[in-house]
Amino acid sequence: MTFKPFLWVLLALLIYNCKEHETYLYKIEGKEISITDSLQSDSKINDFIKPYRNHVTKDLDSVLAYAVDTYSKSDGDFNTAIGNFMADAVYEQANPIFKARTGHDIDLVLLNHGGIRSIISKGNITTRTAFELMPFENSLVVVALKGIQIDSLIMYLSKRKKAHPISKLNLVIDKDYHIVSATIKNKKVDAGKTYYVATNDYLYNGGDNMTFFKPNDSLYNLDYKIRNVLIDYFKKVDTISPVIDDRFIQIK
Amino acid sequence: MKRRDFIQQTSAGTALISLGGIGLSSFTTLGTKKITILHTNDVHSHIDPFGPEDGRNANKGGVARRASLIESIRKENPHTILLDAGDIFQGTPYFNYYGGELEFKLMSMLKYDAATIGNHDFDNGIDGLYAQLPHATFEFISANYDFSNTVMNSHVKPYKTFSKDGIKIGLFGLGIELQGLVDPLMFKETKYLDPIEITQDMTRILKTEEKCDLIICLSHLGYNYRNEASKISDLKLASLTKDIDLIIGGHTHTFLPKPTIVKNIVGKNILVNQVGCYGINLGKIDFYFDSDMNKAANGTSIFV
Repeated sequence: MTFKPFLWVLLALLIYNCKEHETYLYKIEGKEISITDSLQSDSKINDFIKPYRNHVTKDLDSVLAYAVDTYSKSDGDFNTAIGNFMADAVYEQANPIFKARTGHDIDLVLLNHGGIRSIISKGNITTRTAFELMPFENSLVVVALKGIQIDSLIMYLSKRKKAHPISKLNLVIDKDYHIVSATIKNKKVDAGKTYYVATNDYLYNGGDNMTFFKPNDSLYNLDYKIRNVLIDYFKKVDTISPVIDDRFIQIK
Repeated sequence: MKRRDFIQQTSAGTALISLGGIGLSSFTTLGTKKITILHTNDVHSHIDPFGPEDGRNANKGGVARRASLIESIRKENPHTILLDAGDIFQGTPYFNYYGGELEFKLMSMLKYDAATIGNHDFDNGIDGLYAQLPHATFEFISANYDFSNTVMNSHVKPYKTFSKDGIKIGLFGLGIELQGLVDPLMFKETKYLDPIEITQDMTRILKTEEKCDLIICLSHLGYNYRNEASKISDLKLASLTKDIDLIIGGHTHTFLPKPTIVKNIVGKNILVNQVGCYGINLGKIDFYFDSDMNKAANGTSIFV
């Protein structure tokens, strides 16, 4: 039996050879390739995209309304024509939906200045205008807030010194940014009353440091994207000619 | 692990013997094998290239260009896998008009092998994602989203294995926590499971049961969160787990000068990569294998 060790080795070799060969990872190379115009476009892919592109372009360029002037969020101190337009459009589009669902009226609208993502240029307003104004997917929500929380909302507006778009709220501040008067639908804020505030889900969740929406009595999700609000509103009206008004002013 | 070490020692011994002239062995040098991994992340419906007047990314990106680049890489190495780390949806009107149909159709034409699911892929709700599945010929891989109470049940696999040129590659997917990021009305009853625990399960399965030569994690967790120390990220996952060779990331739109080398929990170097967003870049990682273990005697060399 002197052969026995050798047989073991033989067996081991046979088993090894039946097994798949071991491979060893010995090198890794990593890099990034930029997709630039120096690369040729695949014509098959381009042809496939074409009908989709044509449809989207045609639809985006379809004229919905007319702007009598150019409106920018930088024109105005505490309220701007473009911001007033957006907040008023939200009220007009959202209030019938909210009222039908809950029996309540929206008391005020608050959006944010930073959320106006482009200007509205004089001339034709297209679907593309709505995409440029509001490229994000934010939707409308209505938050039930007590009068006391409305006070923190107003305090926020007076301290931020920004033309955040508002509707149905009137605010006067003095030269030191103290509140002189604050009314909602021409009535003084009642600390005990519940107010229905329309805003977007981004701000509701604390965007732009708007921390006053929580806690709240209730939240209503309208399932209505701000962009669609704008598109629907543009379709409804023939021309827009918003103005800077006295809804939020400073007296010096 | 012990068992694998034993096998490796045995084969080393065998090699010596065969050199000794017993002549039983049929060792032929198999030569070098090269596996190429191509990847994108956060393409966000960017189908057309950016225009010449774009402030940041002028003339960059575009699916048709990416297609020809991928085609030329595949010609050079047929053993190529093409992956996407999520957020395929949302960002151009193509998504608003077609709900992701065009994105999936084009990725199928480019022969993507797999994608993981990003938070924005829930933007039309889980039903919106489900509705586009017929347009995708590639698979969706996610190990830490439990879809069992949703329409996506059975349409997403935790992991997938590929065999390329005799090399077995294991791929598993990870998604970001949806609570607080995505409206619960959108993700419905999708359950988020702990990425670290899931990774431990996945690497065990892929290494021990599936015996993969290469393990890749396709992640939408995000590259790194400097200001949120407790938040899981790709860098953190890399350092707290073992047996992963490459983490392909997304979510944070991170442009890296080069792939990051991270030491895993057992001190082995692994790669974490992410290529920004909007289809501006394509990541390319080449893995070289050889049957000659001398080549790997000093460990795996990484060139980035």
